[in-house]
Amino acid sequence: MTGTLNGAGPAVEIAGLSHRFGEHVAVDDLDLTVQRGECFGLLGPNGAGKTTTLRVLNTQYPPQSGSVRVFGLDVRSRAMAVRRLLGYVPQQLSIEGALTGRENVTWFARLFDVPRRERADRVAGVLATVDLTEAADRLASTYSGGMVRRLELAQALVNRPALLVLDEPTVGLDPVARDSIWDRVADMQRRYRMTVLLTTHYMQEADALCDRIALMHRGRLRASGSPAELKAALAPDASLEDVFRHHTGESLLPTEKGEKGALRDVRSTRRTARRMG
Amino acid sequence: MSAVPAAPPGGWAEPPFAPGPRGAVLLLSRIGTFCLVELQKLKHDRSELVTRAIQPVLWLVIFGVTFSRIHAIPTGSVPYLDYLAPGIIAQSALFVAIFYGIQIIWERDAGILTKLLVTPTPRTALVAGKAFAAGLRTIAQAVVVLVVSALLGVGLTWNPAKLLGVLVVVVMGAAFFSCLSMTIAGLVLRRERLMGIGQAITMPLFFASNALYPVDVMPEWLRVLSHANPLTYEVAALRGLLIGQPTNYWLDFSALGVAAVAGICTAAALLSRLAR
Repeated sequence: MTGTLNGAGPAVEIAGLSHRFGEHVAVDDLDLTVQRGECFGLLGPNGAGKTTTLRVLNTQYPPQSGSVRVFGLDVRSRAMAVRRLLGYVPQQLSIEGALTGRENVTWFARLFDVPRRERADRVAGVLATVDLTEAADRLASTYSGGMVRRLELAQALVNRPALLVLDEPTVGLDPVARDSIWDRVADMQRRYRMTVLLTTHYMQEADALCDRIALMHRGRLRASGSPAELKAALAPDASLEDVFRHHTGESLLPTEKGEKGALRDVRSTRRTARRMG
Repeated sequence: MSAVPAAPPGGWAEPPFAPGPRGAVLLLSRIGTFCLVELQKLKHDRSELVTRAIQPVLWLVIFGVTFSRIHAIPTGSVPYLDYLAPGIIAQSALFVAIFYGIQIIWERDAGILTKLLVTPTPRTALVAGKAFAAGLRTIAQAVVVLVVSALLGVGLTWNPAKLLGVLVVVVMGAAFFSCLSMTIAGLVLRRERLMGIGQAITMPLFFASNALYPVDVMPEWLRVLSHANPLTYEVAALRGLLIGQPTNYWLDFSALGVAAVAGICTAAALLSRLAR
C-alpha cells in the first residue's frame, strides 16, 4: 500500500490489533480509524488499553498481531518514517528540568533533524505558540505544571507533526491550565489542520474538543462515534459521562485481569499529578 | 513498495516530513546532540564537577604520595605517582560511567525515554549518543586529574596530539562502561538495584586492572581477568600516551573499540525492556 500525506486515506487505520503483556491482554482485536484533520478522543478507564494502543501507534511497541498504519505507512516496516510524522506528549511529565525551556525544545528539533538554518526560528515560533517566550531561558525545573505541559506541547510541535498524539495531557492540572492546553490544541488543529489523537479522563473536555470518540474497556472497543451520536444513542438527555459509565460499568476499580495495567497507570497518573503540585 | 510522503497534510508553512539523514551521518548527528545536551546540563550545574573531583584527587594525593614513599609496588624506573596518574584518570572515568545507567532509569520514570524512543533515532544511535555524552562528562574528570598530577610534579607529556589521544581513550572507555551500566539498567530495571550492582562491580573492575599495579605482580587468575577487563587496555593506552610507557596501541584501541561497540549493541537490545 502506498503511504502518502497527499492521499485521501485515513490518518490512522488500526485493524485487528491485539497486544499482550504475558497473560494479560491489554488490547484485544481492536479496529479503529481516525480521519485526517479530525480530533479523535480515545476514552476508557485505567487499564482499558488506551496507552498501549498509543504506544503501538507511535512505534514504541511493535504490533504483536493485526496492522497499524499512519498516513498509509505501516508502523512495523516504516517505523522511522512514521516517527517523523508524529508529535507525542506522554502521560508522565517528560521534560528535562536541568535544561532551559528553549534547550528542551531545541533538543527535540535536533532529534527530528530540523535544518540548522531554521532551527532557532522554529523553536522560537513554537515557544511563542504556547506562550513561553518570556520563560524560555529559565530552567524548566522552575516551571509550573501548566507551563511544563505547554513546553511538552512545544516539543511535540517543533517537527510540524501531521498527527499529534496526546496521552492524558491535562492530568493533574487545575481547570485554568487545562483550558489553556486545550485552547492551544484546538487552535493548532484549526490553523494547521493537524490530526489530533488524544486520551483523557475529563469527559466534558472530550465532549467539547473531539469530533469523534472511541470508548475502550478491557482492551476492546465498546463504542465509537461523535459525542452527539453516542449521547443520543443512550438517552435524549444523556451526558458523555453517562455514556462512559454505561459502557464501562464499575471499571474504574481494578479488575482481576486488568489489575496490573490499571494499577501501573494509576501510579503513573498520581506521580504526574504529584509533580504538578 | 511504499512511497515517501513528501507534502504537508494541512496548513504547515513547510513540509513536516523530510527523510532526514541516514546511517553514519544520523549516528554522528545524534551523538553530537546528546553531547550538547550533556554540556548544557553541566553548564547549568557545575557542582558535580567539583564533588566528583574529590575522590581522584584523594587517590593521587594520599594513596599515590604514600605508596611512592614506601616503594611497595615495583614500577621500574618510573616513579609510582607517575605510574598511578593514568590509572586514576581511568578510574575516575570508570566511576562516572558505571552509574550512568541511573540516568536512563530516571528518564524512563520521567517519561523522557518514551519520547526519545519515538523520535527518528535508531536505538543504537540513542545508546551511542548517551554513551559518548557520558564520555564527555568524564573528560572533565580527566582534566582535573591531569592538572592535579602536574601540580604534584608528575612528568606528563604536554604534546597536544597525545593529550587529544588521552581524551579519545577516556571517551572510549567511558562509552563501554556507561553501556555496561545501561545494560545492567535494562536487566534490573530499578535504580536501587543498579546502585547496588554498580557498587559491587566498580572496585573489582578497578582492582582487576593495571590501574594501581602492574599486571606482572598479579596472581595468575587475576592476570587472566585483567586481560578480559577493558580498563586494563584503557590504562595501558593512557600510560603510553602520558608517560611514554611502551604499549601496543593497536591492541589497546582495538580492545576499547570492540568493547564500546559490543556495549552499545547490548544496551540498545535491552532498551525496549527498559521502556516497557
